[in-house]
Amino acid sequence: MSDVPSGLKYTKDHEWAKADGGSVAIGVTSFAVEQLGDITLINFDAKVGDEVVAGKAFGTIESVKTLSDIFAPVSGKIVKLNAELETKPELVNEDCYGKGWMVVIATTGGEGDLMDAKAYSEFLKTAAH
Amino acid sequence: MTTQETLRRTPLYDCHVRAGARIVPFAGWEMPVQYEGIVPEHRAVRTAAGLFDVCHMGELELRGEYSGQVVNYLITGDASKLVDGQALYTCACNERGTVLDDLIVYRCDANRWLIVCNASNLAKMSAVFAKGAEGHCEFEDRSDRTALIAIQGPKAMQILASAGGEAAKLPELGSFHFRDAIVANVRCTVARTGYTGEDGAEIFCALGDVEALWTHLMMLGGPLGLVPAGLGARDTLRLEARLSLYGNEIDETTNPLEAGLGWIVKLEKGDFVGRAALREVQAKGLSRKMVGFEVTGRGIARHGYPLLDLEGKPVGVCTSGSPGPTVGKNIGLGYLPASMSALGTRFQVDCRGKAIEAVVVKTPFYKRAI
Repeated sequence: MSDVPSGLKYTKDHEWAKADGGSVAIGVTSFAVEQLGDITLINFDAKVGDEVVAGKAFGTIESVKTLSDIFAPVSGKIVKLNAELETKPELVNEDCYGKGWMVVIATTGGEGDLMDAKAYSEFLKTAAH
Repeated sequence: MTTQETLRRTPLYDCHVRAGARIVPFAGWEMPVQYEGIVPEHRAVRTAAGLFDVCHMGELELRGEYSGQVVNYLITGDASKLVDGQALYTCACNERGTVLDDLIVYRCDANRWLIVCNASNLAKMSAVFAKGAEGHCEFEDRSDRTALIAIQGPKAMQILASAGGEAAKLPELGSFHFRDAIVANVRCTVARTGYTGEDGAEIFCALGDVEALWTHLMMLGGPLGLVPAGLGARDTLRLEARLSLYGNEIDETTNPLEAGLGWIVKLEKGDFVGRAALREVQAKGLSRKMVGFEVTGRGIARHGYPLLDLEGKPVGVCTSGSPGPTVGKNIGLGYLPASMSALGTRFQVDCRGKAIEAVVVKTPFYKRAI
């Protein structure tokens, strides 16, 4: 069963968002990690200072067999990027809610469609495998 | 697309589900793509052993005085050199010299031949061999009566032998040789063949017996590190070993010479379907060649990604690509112009709009230690 920590928000693309003042930290959920398998490459197409738009992809995450886009759950400017993931993509497999964080975004409002933990857990029950 | 089509299940389906497999549609079948994960399964095959369900593949039998000649006429390799109990990796081409399927041909005896073909090409190859046999010998498609599993890895033969009785002598089997043996009370034909670059065997038995055989082998091999392995690991293993996958490296738009399979084409053995066309290809020279490559930049090459020269001009295509868990690099196979096929040639892979550097390297990417 996928781990869905309460206190985080979630998207239907299996990202999590953690609010901290005006900033939001982003990563992918353990459901996404289970689907991907051993992650071998994470590519950010944006860098610190770039704008991202809620619902638009800003990078890709690749495993042996699969490639997935990483979508921005909120709009804003990237203020921090987890550079460790370039050499250690396995951190996402090991700790997707902690060490596997991907970016921190200073939000400008647009929230996209965020679910709370309960709604996301419900959503997972119906998610196609 | 198989949206409404009923997918078939092998007799091992329940075993796979019990073992926690993720099941996917493949060539009309519901097959396990992975259990624990592609990387751990891949590594297990390279260090201990893996057990693969390949019941979906096709088994065709030709019988009679002229069966050997019929087989030899339909394939590019020379089956006339085989002895009883010996097999051959080869392909069948059409008149244009392009590949219908890659196959293993087994000489059971002078008057009985078995062909194993890809699941995705069964209907096609059944028709080809049925037509070839017409008026010359008997033909039987035995796919629906035959189960096939593969045990692959450095400990594979040891695990098989531990079943005792007739199985104890199976490690004596030479490479690409096969024999009948009772393994775990099941009548089997065991062939020292495989698709992973490791030692091991592919085992034929009756459909009704394969679940018992699978379960028994898992029980014997578990303590030695045997794991069930799915199609995902099968693909990464064969890629590292530079083995072709029909539909990727070879199909009806490619000839075996440009695919780097010249070694399975024996133009001088006598006439066969496609010989004239292949002679012409050889005389003209190859305009493109299959190469193995390593992605040196940050990216993973995948099937269908264009290959570019260093100026960014599209010059070829990636036929297969993925991370290689044993070699520790992102590797691939693809077609490049013959002029760019030398080892060390640098080029680029178009990874969804980004040009990532790559270099032509020697294959196989992985070779087992004896």
